Amino acid sequence: MTNPTRKQRSLSPGMRLRENLVVASIYIILILTAIFVIYPVVWIVLGSMNPGDTLFSSAFIPDHLTLDHYKRLIADTDYVLWYKNTLFIATMNMIISTFLIVTSAYAFSRFRFPGRRKGLMAMLVLQMFPGFMGMIAIYILLLQLNLLDNHWGLILVYAGGSIPFGAWLVKGYFDGLPRSLEEAAKIDGASNTTIFFKVMMPLSIPILTFIAVNNFIGPWMDFIFARLVLRSNENKTLAIGLFEMVTGRGNTEFTLFAAGAVLVAVPITILFLFLQKYIIEGLKAGANKG
Amino acid sequence: MSPQINPSAAKKPQMKRSVIGAVLSALFMGLGQLYNRQYMKGILYAVLELFIIVVWYKPIMNGLWGLYTLGEQQQVRGARGRITEQGDHSIFLMIEGVIVVLVLLVILLVYIRNIIDAYKTGKMIDEGGQPKTFAESMRNAWDNGYAYILLTPAFFFTLFLTVLPLVFGILIAFTNYAAPVLPPLRLVDWVGFQTFINLFRLEIWSNTFYGVLWWTIIWSILATITTFFVGLFYAVIINHKRIRYKKLWRTIFILPWAIPQFISILIFRNIFNGQFGPINQYLVKLGLDPIPWLSDPTWAKIALVMVNIWFGFPFWMALMSGVLTSIDRDMFEAAEVDGANGWQKFWKISFPLVMFATAPLLIMGFAGNFNNFNMIYLFTQGGPANIAYSYAGSTDILISWIYKLTLEQNQYNMASVVSILIFVIVAIFSIYNFRKTRAFKEEDMIQ
Repeated sequence: MTNPTRKQRSLSPGMRLRENLVVASIYIILILTAIFVIYPVVWIVLGSMNPGDTLFSSAFIPDHLTLDHYKRLIADTDYVLWYKNTLFIATMNMIISTFLIVTSAYAFSRFRFPGRRKGLMAMLVLQMFPGFMGMIAIYILLLQLNLLDNHWGLILVYAGGSIPFGAWLVKGYFDGLPRSLEEAAKIDGASNTTIFFKVMMPLSIPILTFIAVNNFIGPWMDFIFARLVLRSNENKTLAIGLFEMVTGRGNTEFTLFAAGAVLVAVPITILFLFLQKYIIEGLKAGANKG
Repeated sequence: MSPQINPSAAKKPQMKRSVIGAVLSALFMGLGQLYNRQYMKGILYAVLELFIIVVWYKPIMNGLWGLYTLGEQQQVRGARGRITEQGDHSIFLMIEGVIVVLVLLVILLVYIRNIIDAYKTGKMIDEGGQPKTFAESMRNAWDNGYAYILLTPAFFFTLFLTVLPLVFGILIAFTNYAAPVLPPLRLVDWVGFQTFINLFRLEIWSNTFYGVLWWTIIWSILATITTFFVGLFYAVIINHKRIRYKKLWRTIFILPWAIPQFISILIFRNIFNGQFGPINQYLVKLGLDPIPWLSDPTWAKIALVMVNIWFGFPFWMALMSGVLTSIDRDMFEAAEVDGANGWQKFWKISFPLVMFATAPLLIMGFAGNFNNFNMIYLFTQGGPANIAYSYAGSTDILISWIYKLTLEQNQYNMASVVSILIFVIVAIFSIYNFRKTRAFKEEDMIQ
């Protein structure tokens, strides 16, 4: 940053030295930061393979490594069940939310109908309410529908909540797509449905990926609604299960938590790194479009 | 039908069918369609109205009664707490009432549609056209109403899972629904703006509210600014032309963003553990006093901001790296010709461009931190305890205070009042942001 000149030869020896110092200090900063960034990751991975149960007894560099906690996690706790629950809820939420978001975004972007502007405004306003303002109502509603402590109840809540933000985002993206292709297809006699699947979908892969991934990852992270809706131990999601492991009973299950955390974090992190381009683009679009 | 219509119809014979059709349909759904010789459609509309009147009349009336009174019969218990009279459950009555009102609105929409349809068909016949057959109408509905068909599922999801709970949530603010007034034992009543007044006037509430609000604002500003500038710093130094393996560094630094946040927050909760956490163990080994990270209010706040930098800076870094690498090199060369040094080039070229690209996100980041429930609740659970506050800890922000008021303390009406205030604050930010981006103003220009 100090000297991005291309003609390095023309630099005086003093400036050369200064630049070398800058580069050296940047490397030092980068390495130190990398240690800070990676430390918690290494710490939890080592923690998960530490003999002993508690936070206190787990040293940073243990005498020997063990996979006991992973075995115990799978054999003695409901962890596998929670994992299945979360995977099921996440997948269903991804499918239903993406369907609802894409259909409404397509309608708002490509059709002009009475009530359109009002609908868009309403969705914008809905986004601004704190998400769990409706918590009590949702609780009672699910109770009445007999969907409390039921995965479908939670999926419905997630899917309903994802529409306003997602529809605005995808609508903004659709608005930016050229219409000439659709018009050509229309002249060839294609129906609206065909146009959507054959013309719009292939052009919208980036934003659809973002929406799908977002709705898939959401249930892995959500704590509030999962805790509200799901009551029994066998219906829990990972977020609640892991939270209870470290907050209850004085951290005695720390190493179990560590093993559980690693097993959740690894696939999600890989998924994220793999799709980071789409995620950054999607967030940028989200801020600019509403 | 009515005497007023016939004279006017005689005067303007060309208006006759449209007006009569509309009036008939307004009197009873489907009559106008029958009159316009659209028998199938007319019968369907009429059957719908009959169905509503016969089957839904009682539930609708009950719902409205419940919403208005919130129940009249309190639960009565006999000896040894045995329930002798079940009594009304105010909150169930209220939700049923809200559902009834929403259903009535949907019915009203259909009713208006039906009148407009009768009017339009009548007008077409007046002008010498033929009424559409049922099959034609269906096809027509499929073509013109395609957008509505697409929107129907999303509409019902949003109506019942977002709008209904929000309306209910807002209504709660105007009741006395808070422990000890809890159904089914007690009846809830409408109290108007009393809870709003209590929040600002009663010291036990106003102290907590102002204290928590103040920390919420400080937290949002600190959390946004620190992550923004730390992210900028790393984006810039990695972008230095003599730094190698740029991609590797960026991938390492993006890790905190990629790891599921609730997991890393819980990990940090352990790292900062006052007794057994590694940080304090290192401090003790170095001969220093352990720091009461989570049990001292000030240290807890410092820890929150520090951990938040760890989470937050990768997002900004990734975003700004993109902006920085896309800057045209010619601009820098032109500046060099004019004798600018590196510092000037950064402040006059790079920084304004980065700000331009990221300013709207900065405002959304502020709004996001304002409601960053996970960070606060999972890390400190709002603690350490603060005796000067009602139901809030020292690091609680408004949203986590609401959570505690609702799920732990049953202070529903106060939680609802605070939610409404949060909405007002977030709405101001969002609207400001939105007007700046002009997305809405220009969004109709594509057609």
